[in-house]
Amino acid sequence: MPETGSGDRLHTDLVLDSNLASVDRGESLAMEAAQLLGFDADTQQDIGIAIRESLVNAVAHGNRYHARKKVRLRIWTSRAALTVEIEDEGRGFEPDAVPDPLEGGNVMKHSGRGLLMIRAYMDDFDYQRAGDSGTRVRLIKRVPQPADG
Amino acid sequence: MSVKLTTRQVGDVTVIDANGRITLGEGSATFRDKIKELAGSGAKKVLVNMAEITYIDSSGIGELVSGFTTVTGAGGSLKLLNLGKRVQDLLQITKLYTVFETFDDEAAAIRSFS
Repeated sequence: MPETGSGDRLHTDLVLDSNLASVDRGESLAMEAAQLLGFDADTQQDIGIAIRESLVNAVAHGNRYHARKKVRLRIWTSRAALTVEIEDEGRGFEPDAVPDPLEGGNVMKHSGRGLLMIRAYMDDFDYQRAGDSGTRVRLIKRVPQPADG
Repeated sequence: MSVKLTTRQVGDVTVIDANGRITLGEGSATFRDKIKELAGSGAKKVLVNMAEITYIDSSGIGELVSGFTTVTGAGGSLKLLNLGKRVQDLLQITKLYTVFETFDDEAAAIRSFS
């Protein structure tokens, strides 16, 4: 259960195959949850991209599209935030070990920008090893409160 | 919907009108194949019209970078036209605004190749 405030409601709890159709499905579900929480259209798309990038990491880099490996997607909603957890069965990765895509020659690399985009579009991002193998990432987007202006 | 790419010639500039989503999978592969095809046929001046691009992910951004590298590596240039706010934001986030020459006006973009 996320610790984002009271009243968290489980919106989605799915075990997905490791393919791009799962990425599309997860992205749609996250955007649907974001819409229910009242995020504006731009922010819904920000959230959708961040979830897409995280799911691609799980499906492609974590599970390497393996037919027997699954991805678990959970989405919670509350008045305070949208929380998404994505867990794969891959060998685990260290986001901090990913080369900085803004550094020198990395800017012109073909890949390596997914985490940058996730961090840019979400308020919080953290990760941990899941069980013996695999990675669980958690992404949070806070709902703007009236006092935020 | 994936991406649909239509090419047209304006003088010696090849304009790619891109429509839809450039994301990992079919969209990014379609874009990559088009750039390879143009580079293979000797196109040196390539302008990508992004006006109808509704969505792009990190894979799509990677294909833009690879396209730029492919065309410039062959002695040509690749420029971008009509970026929506979201693509502009992504170029800022990824520092690629320092790499790509971008335009809001097609005539000006075409003239810039001269």
